[in-house]
Amino acid sequence: MENNRFELNKNLAQMLKGGVIMDVTTPEQAKIAEAAGACAVMALERIPADIRAAGGVSRMSDPKMIKGIQNAVSIPVMAKCRIGHFAEAQILQAIEIDYIDESEVLSPADDKYHIDKTKFDVPFVCGAKDLGEALRRINEGASMIRTKGEPGTGDVVQAVRHMRMMQSEIRRIASMADDELFDVAKQLQVPYDLVLYVHENKKLPVVNFAAGGVATPADAALMMQLGAEGVFVGSGIFKSGNPEKRAAAIVKAVTNFTDAKMLAELSEDLGEAMVGINEQEIQLLMAERGK
Amino acid sequence: MRIAVLALQGAFIEHEQMLKRLDIPSFEIRQKRDLDNDFDGLIIPGGESTVQGKLMRELDLYDPIKEAVEKGLPVFGTCAGLLLLAKKIKNDDRVHFATMDITAVRNAYGRQLGSFYTESEFGCIGKIPMTFIRAPYIETVSGSAEALAAVDGHIVAARQGNQLVTAFHPELNDDLRIHRYFADMVRSASSK
Repeated sequence: MENNRFELNKNLAQMLKGGVIMDVTTPEQAKIAEAAGACAVMALERIPADIRAAGGVSRMSDPKMIKGIQNAVSIPVMAKCRIGHFAEAQILQAIEIDYIDESEVLSPADDKYHIDKTKFDVPFVCGAKDLGEALRRINEGASMIRTKGEPGTGDVVQAVRHMRMMQSEIRRIASMADDELFDVAKQLQVPYDLVLYVHENKKLPVVNFAAGGVATPADAALMMQLGAEGVFVGSGIFKSGNPEKRAAAIVKAVTNFTDAKMLAELSEDLGEAMVGINEQEIQLLMAERGK
Repeated sequence: MRIAVLALQGAFIEHEQMLKRLDIPSFEIRQKRDLDNDFDGLIIPGGESTVQGKLMRELDLYDPIKEAVEKGLPVFGTCAGLLLLAKKIKNDDRVHFATMDITAVRNAYGRQLGSFYTESEFGCIGKIPMTFIRAPYIETVSGSAEALAAVDGHIVAARQGNQLVTAFHPELNDDLRIHRYFADMVRSASSK
């Protein structure tokens, strides 16, 4: 086996499993996140709730701001680029980011093509709302998948829908006859090899996290019990009344996600959760970006 | 023989799969009551040492595990696990179990772009695959700690009595020899 970047990049995602990746906008927030037990941070100028509120075109963050966060913490640092914006991705690679999130949270730069992620040495995580999207992103070189959910809403309903959809499609493919897999590849518009992998291993070929709308320890435990291997928390922490306490509680909830007694203790006295908005009140569905 | 795997965060399932391939029963330690099970050895997996270090303290696992290791429980730490066992971490004020006479350097190869794969000699085993992910290395070993492998002049595996550490991830490759080596350590400790 040679020095295979895709393997090494998948391996980094394996090390993040069972962990919580937190959105941070300043070095101070990054330090709070690290101290609370984040396994990585996502550096961005505005958290999704504020992006949603501000409207307008949302782009990659200032590299200087990202570097400030890289210098503040010892855990991996991720950053977002726009869907299809390979020049932003090149910039993020140049500053040695640990993971690039080609993210629907930012305004898409290309309404047809995603980035050819096989051309990069740094790893990519991409959002998906079903198995087809997940496998298409993996085929393009993504080494980690997360549900899209609906970022910045504090409403977990879409992340649940996407995780359930992925898991049920995986179960369906796992139970199929070998000769039925060719047609699945055609329907999902993905290579047969990836469908075969799912059929044989009953899971995605890369790590799969939950993201979008996770705001409480109970939300995190719900997503883990639905099959997530870890959790992204965006606006849910620093839009809440007591970020330190809520962040630490979510970290522990992800480790002991089936222990209801512990979850009850963790859910006590967390202060105000982010207000959030319901699905019906949303003007802009970010999950519909990039398919 | 039964081996416990610390399952607070990181790549613990991969270790469980290696043990399964060796027909060794294993179980996960996620909280204090899991320590009530009988076990003969402990694996501390890769992941983030800051996260695992914090969780094991808050979940009251720190004291009992440290005491067990000091009393001779065979323990195998990979990557973050190495950092949790090191007495000294050169670029981090936080130490954790601090039971092993090694000085480690955290994120010694830099960020993810510095992650790499190689093959190198390991103790008496021979050449083995080594996957390094944002890995540490060992700057010095002292006392009765012994270096078992080196890559580019840096120590990447060591043993001190009942404690085995690797900076790389044997659980990410197909080669079972390091896990078998640890199983032998466990076997000879429990026959004493």
